[in-house]
Amino acid sequence: MNLLYGLAYILAAPALGGLTVGLDRIITARMQGRVGPPLLQPFYDVAKLFEKEKAVVARSQNLFVLAYVVFMAFTGMLFFSGGDFLLVIFALTLSHIFLVLGAYSANSPYSFIGAERELIQIMAFEPMILLAASGMYLVTKSFYISDIVRTQVPLVLLLPGLFLGLLYVLPIKLRKSPFDLSTSHHAHQEIVKGITTEFSGSTLGRVEIAHWYETVLLLGFVYLFFSFNPLLALIAVALTYVLELFIDNNYTRFKWALALKSAWLVALVLGMGNIALLWYYMKGL
Amino acid sequence: MMAHMKKSPWVIHYDGSSCNGCDIEVLASLAPHYDIERFGIIHTGNPKHADILLITGSINEQNIEVVKNIYSQMPKPRAVVAIGICALSGGVFRECYNVQGGVDKVLPVDVHVPGCAARPESIIDGIVKATAILEEKKKKMSEEKAKKEVE
Ligand code: SF4
Repeated sequence: MNLLYGLAYILAAPALGGLTVGLDRIITARMQGRVGPPLLQPFYDVAKLFEKEKAVVARSQNLFVLAYVVFMAFTGMLFFSGGDFLLVIFALTLSHIFLVLGAYSANSPYSFIGAERELIQIMAFEPMILLAASGMYLVTKSFYISDIVRTQVPLVLLLPGLFLGLLYVLPIKLRKSPFDLSTSHHAHQEIVKGITTEFSGSTLGRVEIAHWYETVLLLGFVYLFFSFNPLLALIAVALTYVLELFIDNNYTRFKWALALKSAWLVALVLGMGNIALLWYYMKGL
Repeated sequence: MMAHMKKSPWVIHYDGSSCNGCDIEVLASLAPHYDIERFGIIHTGNPKHADILLITGSINEQNIEVVKNIYSQMPKPRAVVAIGICALSGGVFRECYNVQGGVDKVLPVDVHVPGCAARPESIIDGIVKATAILEEKKKKMSEEKAKKEVE
């Protein structure tokens, strides 16, 4: 474990994530034939949110949202300091559970629906990412990120199914179409604003900061598949993000049942298929 | 520190008693063609996330409560932009039995955008004017807060 990388993540991830989101908004605008906002727009937005009046629906929601940010940063720290991949996955889930609890603490049908949908999204995302961790374990014989990242084996060539599967479920966590069910970005709306409906001002600002942390963490997942060549890995991460924007701009939102079914089907066919083939192949050797 | 209100005004829109003409122009100015995101403006359907309330059409007996409700859910500082002649005075609906008049009958209007229907260009101009007012209101808020702390 290298704590230094973890600390660097805590400090740099909000800036990096915010810039990524800023680029996202510009690229999205260009895809729609617009100029788009300035690069630093996400920072302006969050700064503004912190200047607004603190209107709180239920006091407990602030505590839960704070826990959401803290656990998200903690999850990323675990990942970037080379911790256990399985622990990272469950810590990520835990932080989202805090967001769900925050949404449930306001007595509002909109945030209830958002919270329920967030739970469904967690359920849709989980199998695929767990399979990805298992696949990496099969190849590197370790669940530790520090070992996985050091492997010279091109993971993406041995685990193409898992990589494609990850690409498929990534929009769930990036809050992008077709999976932006529980809440969404830009000017999109879903049953008002889903899980974030009852958050305003600085609370909403914290949700956004947690999302910046999460974006960097998710791109770290993508990096692992290419870690045998850092330069190639960074290019792959950038291309992956642009691909997700392209999908975001070309797809309408799925219904929740379709989102769940398709994510599980992809996990079953691409994920399990990949692992089964790899297993037989390694036995053969 | 103070410039952020101006750089990220999120809007919500409501259509009162109207011919719908102004509302269609509001939607037009929120669509990609006019690209209001250049100014950091985002259209939100949620009053709790909004800074500026755009109202078209006049106030009638039934929508008084709705308009007040939306406004009261917006966290301060907040601004109201009344768009079109109906929102100014009731316009052609002024004489109707259920119409009270313009938006200023129930809410403190910060900017009036003229026109029947108002053009998207002038609507965007109105929103940008409202951002300056938001900034002023924020200043007042901080001053009042500072005063309270001194006391
Ligand atoms: S001002 Fe004119 S165009 Fe606008 S809503 Fe009223 S009647 Fe319609």
